[in-house]
Amino acid sequence: MSETLYIQHFNEQARPLSYYLEKMAGYSALKKALGMSADDIITEVKKSNLRGRGGAGFPTGMKWGFIPKQSSKPKYVVCNADESEPGTFKDRDLMRYTPHLLIEGMLIAGHAIGSSIGYIYIRGEYTREAKLLNAAIEEAYKAGYLGKNILGSGFNFDLTVHRGAGAYICGEETGLLNSLEGRRGEPRVKPPFPAQAGAFGGPTVVNNVETLTNIPFILNNGGDWFAKLGKLEKSGGTRLISISGHVKKPGVYEIAAGSMTIRQIIDQLGGGILGDKKLKAVIPGGSSAPVLTADEIDVVYDIEPLMKIGTMMGSAAMMVVSEDYCVVRLIQRITKFYEHESCGQCTPCREGCKWMEDVIHRILEGHGREQDLNLLLNIADNISGKTLCALGDAAAGPVTSFVKKFRADFEAYIRSGKNAQVHH
Amino acid sequence: MASKILSQKFYAEMEKLIPRYPTRVALLLPALHQAQEETGWLPPEVLEEIGAYIGIHPAQVREVASFYTMYNLTPVGKYHVKICTNVACCLRGANELVEQVERKLNIQCGETTRDRKFTLMEEECLGACGTAPAMMLNDDYYENLDSKKLDQILESLE
Repeated sequence: MSETLYIQHFNEQARPLSYYLEKMAGYSALKKALGMSADDIITEVKKSNLRGRGGAGFPTGMKWGFIPKQSSKPKYVVCNADESEPGTFKDRDLMRYTPHLLIEGMLIAGHAIGSSIGYIYIRGEYTREAKLLNAAIEEAYKAGYLGKNILGSGFNFDLTVHRGAGAYICGEETGLLNSLEGRRGEPRVKPPFPAQAGAFGGPTVVNNVETLTNIPFILNNGGDWFAKLGKLEKSGGTRLISISGHVKKPGVYEIAAGSMTIRQIIDQLGGGILGDKKLKAVIPGGSSAPVLTADEIDVVYDIEPLMKIGTMMGSAAMMVVSEDYCVVRLIQRITKFYEHESCGQCTPCREGCKWMEDVIHRILEGHGREQDLNLLLNIADNISGKTLCALGDAAAGPVTSFVKKFRADFEAYIRSGKNAQVHH
Repeated sequence: MASKILSQKFYAEMEKLIPRYPTRVALLLPALHQAQEETGWLPPEVLEEIGAYIGIHPAQVREVASFYTMYNLTPVGKYHVKICTNVACCLRGANELVEQVERKLNIQCGETTRDRKFTLMEEECLGACGTAPAMMLNDDYYENLDSKKLDQILESLE
């Protein structure tokens, strides 16, 4: 097995500051960073080929580089811990087992962009994780890693946990910022991007939890070292993968970026399909990712290879579906989710998600018509690319891919008025 | 304004948070959480009190509170059962668990029992897909559920 950064620390013993200092070289990367210039830190992060772990896969160093050096308003570091893309549960482990990695990553980000204020925006349901983070933050304040004049460097940084309250859209970075400001979590019109005008109007970096927890490793071992952990160009480090659904061993796993195919991940990490059944489908990157059929899984599991075959790695949440689960029922549930979570600002998304759900529901109830499939493709096409944020595409992509790839299943279902397969 | 519903503790917690944010409106989500912890749900009078404290119109409080599913704008039972029925939990039998609770408590999803002991809801993804099916009972997660385990949990509640 190749080197892993996290998984060996995913247990309760790893949580306290004492463990972090002794076993994980805790806060040594911060010390190093405080002796470096902001530009040198950003250069190191750029060299690492770290790409955002929240879903979009944007190069982190470049994102930091967009923050203006001079600003009349305070700058902010915001951690996106909203983790609400269905199928994703890795950030929860990072926060409950290695909270200090996140704190240290945010401190380094703050120093690199010239910010002294950080927020961790955590989804409201993670009440336990919010408490654990607050406890770790308190430890860090007491030990002098947070607050004023950190380690005698003159650098100040305050960190606050801000709880969301149940809204998928707050994982979208500008929706998140509105929510942080005490508003409805409706995404903003871009530009301006958060790097120019983010939280409270100030230049803001928004990074996913796992993105930030990678930073201490990069500072300690160098950007080149991190880049080489990955097996592909332009994709450094390791990936935490959330595997769920019909596998024998669901859970969080860590692999070197680009080192395994989907088939290998399901068989070797997930332990194979539950009940030794055949595979029906894989949703490779959270429920927004276009679905893959059983004969498309010999693809390397990373950002570029998945993009090439028309889907995405997203948050590295792999949902596995076995042969006897009804695909109509599956896409109905996915579409119902987006219909529920659409913030309602953009007409194509608000109305389109509802229409798609209505049509799929009709099919599911046995009242489908043959022309419904083309109707679904048409609605999806009228949502895609026509909304302020990515939620519209997130809803349209699954529908389009399910209808195109499992058209025969849909047609059979519509013809028979019900599904011949067993609902499990 | 009439006498206050929210406790001294609520106001003390808010005062601690003020220096953490550059604006007062940013206190709104923490305030709604803290208030709901005290009162179980958020009646109009509580929204009004929060608005008065922050310095915004009650309509603005309601506008924000109604955007988020975790804020209860109608009363809920003593035990708020929220079963995740998103993809990963569905693949692991969550729908059957919902039906089981509906039968057991003789209510439909979204309803509260007559004795106000239980409210049942379907929940969107809780981020516990590796230990599906999962649910929240008030603020706590229960994972790796099955029919028997769910029954035991419900029966243990007083």
